[in-house]
Amino acid sequence: MRKVVKYVILDILRSKIIIGYTILLFLISFSVFSLEDNTAKGLLSLLNLELFIVPLVSIIFSTIYIYNSSEFIELLVSQPLKRKSIWLSLFSGLSTSLVVSFLIGSGLPILYFEPSPTGIIMILIGCMLSVIFVAIALLASVLTRDKAKGMGMAIFLWLYFAIIFDGLVLFLLFQFADYPLEKPMMALSALNPIDLSRIIILLRLDVSALMGYTGAIFKDFFGTTTGFISALLALGLWIAIPLYFSLRIFRKKDL
Amino acid sequence: MITINNISKHFGKLKALDQLNLQFNSGECIALIGPNGSGKTTLIKSILGMVVPDEGSILFNKISISKNWKYRSQIGYMPQIGRYPDNMTIGQVINMMKDIRKSEKNVLDEELVEKFALHDIMNKRMRTLSGGTRQKVSASLAFLFNADVLILDEPTAGLDPVSSEILKEKIVKEKTKGKLIIITSHVLSELDDLITQIVYMQDGKLKFQKEINLLKKETGEEKLSKAIAKIMLQNQL
Repeated sequence: MRKVVKYVILDILRSKIIIGYTILLFLISFSVFSLEDNTAKGLLSLLNLELFIVPLVSIIFSTIYIYNSSEFIELLVSQPLKRKSIWLSLFSGLSTSLVVSFLIGSGLPILYFEPSPTGIIMILIGCMLSVIFVAIALLASVLTRDKAKGMGMAIFLWLYFAIIFDGLVLFLLFQFADYPLEKPMMALSALNPIDLSRIIILLRLDVSALMGYTGAIFKDFFGTTTGFISALLALGLWIAIPLYFSLRIFRKKDL
Repeated sequence: MITINNISKHFGKLKALDQLNLQFNSGECIALIGPNGSGKTTLIKSILGMVVPDEGSILFNKISISKNWKYRSQIGYMPQIGRYPDNMTIGQVINMMKDIRKSEKNVLDEELVEKFALHDIMNKRMRTLSGGTRQKVSASLAFLFNADVLILDEPTAGLDPVSSEILKEKIVKEKTKGKLIIITSHVLSELDDLITQIVYMQDGKLKFQKEINLLKKETGEEKLSKAIAKIMLQNQL
């Protein structure tokens, strides 16, 4: 399996997109921190940018990569290799390269400007988001053979998690404004890894005071160690579940 | 060596394989023939585990191949259309395969790599290769690991006469070593002097599996292509 991971990573590095992504992240992080005199504010602006960019690049890049390496996958499947290890190698190769470029592009500037626990949590969340969207991309690309459909699905999934989901939540909030929704809101937030990440970081910054009663409830739960750990676990599930289902489908797929 | 028990495979409404039963033994050289779309490639891909049959089982050395992957180290496969990562060079592809399949017991057989003069074009990227050169790479890879079973899907399609002759010589040489060789081909005359047994498929079904001598005797034809044509006509009637 290690051999295949090696070839996947070599192949990804050869495409140069990943290097461009690292430079883009680095420029964004550096300029955001340089613009704000208060690093906490810088972290907040960076958070909002990264919650868009990291999932988008991870999901699109991984989907394109899987479709473009269909020949490679076909070649590997006819060799004495387990299908499971082929698929997991693709997953680890993609995750490793995206995580490493996030660490270099955003991790280094964050450590330089804001070497606090919040900064480190922010780096951790960024890495997890990268891996989560690799897993989701694998699921999207194993579901359909058609590249255009697969890409469409990947873009839609990103759109859903980044924008549409929040719209739906707002809609629910207004519809059921007369009821106490604080607890259900917490459960709902676990259904979207981007929201979950946002909440984890926001609660560590002072701005959570501006979020009203719901914010207070959130702080009550996510602010504690148990809450924090269960939020991380929920993010972990967002990696495990799509990966598990994609693997199940891939093992029975005709190539 | 390979036993196929009642396998069926559907692609949507199309029945690619329909309750197929076959037995291949080592030392044989089998020609898998049939019209286009008769399920030859699907059968080969099922043996390789690339396509999972809906029903039935395939045994390799008496062990079922489902959920098994080690048996593929004993198979050399040359696909109909060799598809390789575009960005890699020939040398990288060959080295990668060596890296993946390397083990102590198999001695590398680089005869075809040398005879096809692939060493001179090791730095060419796969994307820039012609169909024939791709076939040469596929053939070299199939024979590289001294596998006990060789599965060749349309091996001579797209090869020039010289290379095609090199490949045929190589197949004969491996046959004398007692390996099982399965070949699919449309060009029957190419196969005449190589094969010992014929498997004829149509619409995913097995029409017959016969020793070549027997077939020639039954039809009274000396040439394989004529013998087959005769049987095809009989089947239509």
